Amino acid sequence: MDEKLLKIENLKTEIEGKEILKGLNLEIEKGKVHVIMGPNGAGKSTLANTLMGHPKYEITAGKILFENEEINELKADERAKKGIFLSFQYPEEIPGVTVENFLRTAKMAVTGKPLKILSFKKALKEKMELLEMKEEYAERYLNLGFSGGEKKKNEILQMAILEPKLAILDETDSGLDVDAIRIVSQGVNALKNSENSILIITHHNKILDYLKPDFVHILVDGKIVKTGDFSLAKEIEVNGYESYK
Amino acid sequence: MEEKVRKKTYIDDLDRGIYDVKNDFNYSFKADSGLTPEIVMEISKEKNEPQWMTDFRLKSLEIYNNLAAPPWGPDLTDLHMENIVTYVKPNTEMKGKWEDVPEEIKKTFDLLGIPKAERTSLAGVGAQYDSEVVYHSIKEDLVKMGVVYTDMETAIRDYEAIVKEYFMTCVPPSDHKFAALHGAVWSGGSFVYVPEGVQVDIPLQSYFRLNAPGAGQFEHTLIIVEKGAKLHFIEGCSAPKYNVNNLHAGCVELFVKEGARLRYSTIENWSKNMYNLNTKRAIVERDGLIEWVSGSFGSKVSMLYPMSILKGERARAEFTGVTFAGKGQHLDTGCKIVHAAPYTTSNVNSKSISKDGGVALYRGALRVAPNAHHVKATVACESLMLDNISRSDTIPVIDLMNDEVDIGHEAKIGRISDEAIFYLMSRGISEKEAKAMIVRGFVEPIAKELPLEYAVEMNNLIKIELEGAIG
Repeated sequence: MDEKLLKIENLKTEIEGKEILKGLNLEIEKGKVHVIMGPNGAGKSTLANTLMGHPKYEITAGKILFENEEINELKADERAKKGIFLSFQYPEEIPGVTVENFLRTAKMAVTGKPLKILSFKKALKEKMELLEMKEEYAERYLNLGFSGGEKKKNEILQMAILEPKLAILDETDSGLDVDAIRIVSQGVNALKNSENSILIITHHNKILDYLKPDFVHILVDGKIVKTGDFSLAKEIEVNGYESYK
Repeated sequence: MEEKVRKKTYIDDLDRGIYDVKNDFNYSFKADSGLTPEIVMEISKEKNEPQWMTDFRLKSLEIYNNLAAPPWGPDLTDLHMENIVTYVKPNTEMKGKWEDVPEEIKKTFDLLGIPKAERTSLAGVGAQYDSEVVYHSIKEDLVKMGVVYTDMETAIRDYEAIVKEYFMTCVPPSDHKFAALHGAVWSGGSFVYVPEGVQVDIPLQSYFRLNAPGAGQFEHTLIIVEKGAKLHFIEGCSAPKYNVNNLHAGCVELFVKEGARLRYSTIENWSKNMYNLNTKRAIVERDGLIEWVSGSFGSKVSMLYPMSILKGERARAEFTGVTFAGKGQHLDTGCKIVHAAPYTTSNVNSKSISKDGGVALYRGALRVAPNAHHVKATVACESLMLDNISRSDTIPVIDLMNDEVDIGHEAKIGRISDEAIFYLMSRGISEKEAKAMIVRGFVEPIAKELPLEYAVEMNNLIKIELEGAIG
């Protein structure tokens, strides 16, 4: 039986009284890579933030089912503990909190288990090497003064440490140079397995050169209007979104 | 309920007192503290002081009686000036009873893991914490280096000439009313003298503050670091210091000589009934450096403006501090720098946190004298308000009498961003812990400068303050 990791049924979401998602449906199975593309303002980031439980986004109708459990009422930290992860488009800077300290706290929070410092340091070092991040970044304050590329790498580093079941990548490729896209994509690829799933939100195709999607969805005006495979992404690259608006 | 408790203690003391104090307590700020020259002379006699100090105290009392209280700053109405007498008299058994100590104080001791022996001492109710043993072993190493580290009373006797040369020359009694009061009734405190060229590598911590009557309220710290010498001195502790007599008018005088370096760290946590009107000042000679590291918690009202006078060329001052104002607290703190010589530099990094209606005010002054050219000064004050009812203000005064200066001033006031909280929560961290993490991150620059156990204590204090366990 194909177990659906994520099932979104007729989701409607508002922010500050304005409706953005207007009845969105989506299903993601374990071990699959899904891509969501769409014009600006379609609701891509809204979807990402709603899934993660951002308090500003209000669900007015519909359900989000994660591993068959309805999670509409769960707060962000509870959703993280269930295994949902969001790679932010604009990661926050947190002065005074080092990357290492933050990662250790997050890992313990998500797993609910104490962490052995030495084995954690070792794992952290390995993951940082994979993402071609200099060791000294572990001691820097979280995202403070990081370039766009460094911030995105840091997001993927967190994903690598937290090992989520569903990773939502919100425009991870935006603002990155060619090399950074390659490194980040390779990082995500390395984390992919048959048990977890990835939801990529993107404008461009560059990241898709490395992360081969199983499904591509077009999100226009708060709803998914078309689902296809990789060829759909190629078509958008050539023709744009006009025919779907 | 606290009111009744306090009255009980006063009446107990009155029976033993030599001075008749009225039973009626009028809780408005009175100039007359009932302090007479006779009482001041008795204090001096009890301490076996040389005549010059007795005269000094009497002169200070005169100044005190003639000066008006500062017409600015927080409301001092609840300051019980008339009780000062009861607590500075020699032979006064000023200690109350453990049962009378407020619950919240006892709870904090628990939360901070303060050992039993220290608790009674910190609460001003009993046996003095015996630090003699620890002190002695450090003393031997210091003596070998020629460093003098003793309490002020002993210093006047054994190092009279030095003390006389420096005592209250940095903060003269005429400076303000509470300096004058201090000059008249000061008691206890530390005296440190570091000879030329000596580098004291281990931080010295104050031990003497609780060993004299009225100590913890009017203690005097005098530190002299001679040419080319180095010292790190730590004063205070994170446990709340409770006293029924609610005025703290201590004085800290720091003399940093040519090319010398002094780091003065404090963590203060006064109980929430206290008026903390401490005066701290440093005079820095050419090529000298003063570093202030300060964490202020507690007290009902604080007026605290560590001041650095950069007297010699290329003298430097660095200030890093955090103030935490919770419910019912009004903390008026800041930093004053006077550039009195060319090529001097100063850097102020002041942070404040306010919560539950607490008021945290930064009041800074930066003065550049006419002869002080090529001065470089920066001030960064940052406030974090944890809710909508707290207050935070910045009153910086910049007074430049020379054009060739490079001044930077930055003030930031903000709340914990919702986005930041969401970011942390999305990693599994609870909302409460996310806020605590952000606040800890905010005070990191200060925690970083403190020795580990003080940094840990400070973080514990913040945790307790955030959880509202006290008050």
